[in-house]
Amino acid sequence: MAAQATSAAAPETDAAGLGKARATAFVTPALLLVGAFLVFPALWTLYLGITDYRLTGIAAADPQIVGLQNYTDALTDPQFRNALALTLLFVLGSAIVGQTVLGFSIAWSMRAVPKTVKTVVESLVLLAWILPSSIVAFLWIAYLNRDNGTLNSVLGTSGFDWLLGHPMLSIIVFNTWRGTAFSMLLFSAALNAVPPSQLETARLAGADTFAQFRDVVFPHIRGHVLTNTLLISLWTFNDFSPYLLTAGGPNHASETLPVYIYNSALYSGELGYGSAISLIMLLINLLIAVFYLRLLKDRRS
Amino acid sequence: MSAPTAASTRGGDGAVVGVVVRRVLFYAAISLVMAFFALPLLWLVFAPFDRTPSLTVRLPDFTLDNFRLLQDNPYALTSLRNSIFIAGTTMVLVVVFAALAAYALSRVHIPGRDGLLYALLLLSSIVTGTAAMVPIFLLMFQLNLIDSRTGVSLVLAGGLLPAAIFILKDFMDATPRSYEESARVFGASPLQVLRHVVLPIARPGLATIAVWALVNAWGDFLIAFILLRDPEKSPAGVVMYTFYTEGGQANLPLISAFSLLYAIPVVAMYLFVNKRYGFRFHGGIKS
Repeated sequence: MAAQATSAAAPETDAAGLGKARATAFVTPALLLVGAFLVFPALWTLYLGITDYRLTGIAAADPQIVGLQNYTDALTDPQFRNALALTLLFVLGSAIVGQTVLGFSIAWSMRAVPKTVKTVVESLVLLAWILPSSIVAFLWIAYLNRDNGTLNSVLGTSGFDWLLGHPMLSIIVFNTWRGTAFSMLLFSAALNAVPPSQLETARLAGADTFAQFRDVVFPHIRGHVLTNTLLISLWTFNDFSPYLLTAGGPNHASETLPVYIYNSALYSGELGYGSAISLIMLLINLLIAVFYLRLLKDRRS
Repeated sequence: MSAPTAASTRGGDGAVVGVVVRRVLFYAAISLVMAFFALPLLWLVFAPFDRTPSLTVRLPDFTLDNFRLLQDNPYALTSLRNSIFIAGTTMVLVVVFAALAAYALSRVHIPGRDGLLYALLLLSSIVTGTAAMVPIFLLMFQLNLIDSRTGVSLVLAGGLLPAAIFILKDFMDATPRSYEESARVFGASPLQVLRHVVLPIARPGLATIAVWALVNAWGDFLIAFILLRDPEKSPAGVVMYTFYTEGGQANLPLISAFSLLYAIPVVAMYLFVNKRYGFRFHGGIKS
């Protein structure tokens, strides 16, 4: 009895009699993999970013320390600033506005439709999310095609090349289409937690839809809105699929940071410079993630 | 877009017309959303079965010949096999290592455990394949693992493990310890307890993680793209972009049939999970 009482109190009771040695052995393989392919690359970026490492040539065999040269190069490089600005536009347009608004609108309206309509809409949105990125990228290349793409025949704008004419708008709409499912699922779950009685009361008191949303719904889902915004911003910021649609072109007009890193480091071979940009990206990721984890902690306590 | 409100209690013709108009507008908006999501997908449904597929979406002049092309292309079927190998290896690494680690972390008190878990989760969300592509490429280059499918799996598993451990530990924390204790009382050794008691209880959690890892590795483009040079070894997502005709045009009969074949496992796995467990929401479970 006494043993059971303690086991209920202490969650880490070693019920199977594993022992510290075996427990360590169980944790080790996972930690080794994470250490080698996650921690080490991140730390190594610190060193690589201050070298003139190149893919080929003399600097490949014997890289030199160049200090902060790569960073000053990056910050003064119009191409880098262009990439940073485009990335912000991409995150703002497709994640913070596109996915959040569309995801919430769908979650909100799906509460008032027959089950069949709900299933069809949700399946379509989910399908866009779960298919491999190579497939959806090709589907959009076909969809946006200049001469016989579906979009042009629907809009009656045959002959317009969207990827050349409006590359940023194209990848923003593409990513909204691709990622709305996450916001939809999250907001559906959040809206389920809003007590119907409160909505009913507000309605009887004569509140219109917007007032219901502001005074009843929003206070309940505020935490979810923040979680959603931070997570989809992080993913969109790191999204490589614009590469599959435009490869950064035409003439760098849709070159977001991930594509810029690929083009300068792995395609052109300037690994040191690419590492410096990578570190800047890692730091921005860190900023978003720390903000998010603090939020989680606040909500748990 | 606004949800329709119930008919007003005050009634009157004007109110009824207002409700009808609002209802019509509401469904028009829903139809627009459906069209927005469905239109780009149509090509994948029709083109694979068309005798002369183009980029235009139209009802197909039905044939299955396009699927026969898959056998003629030297890389098509090989690449699907490569995808199966990479996704399978990644899945096994993630499930086995995460299960062992999550169980140990759930049951045995290791100093600094909570800090370790948070640090891992933080790391996996910031060290993405995109942000770390340069050091990952160089590391694999130094390790002589360029052009190694196992190398791709190792990198993918390293990225997926932290979230997998985190989710599985939550799952293990919620399973009762009394079964393990009873088994011990009846003289089972710790490893027997693991195999015959813990494993069956943890199966739903392990299945979720397995499907999640499979879908992620199956859909990966970037890591395979930077680490594999040999088209013989490349997975489906990368090889798709090499399907061009001799004239330099995209080989649409091949690409359409291949895309459909490459998409089916993901859709099947989604339907399986949806049916078996319901599509529950697991926090930030997509990388």
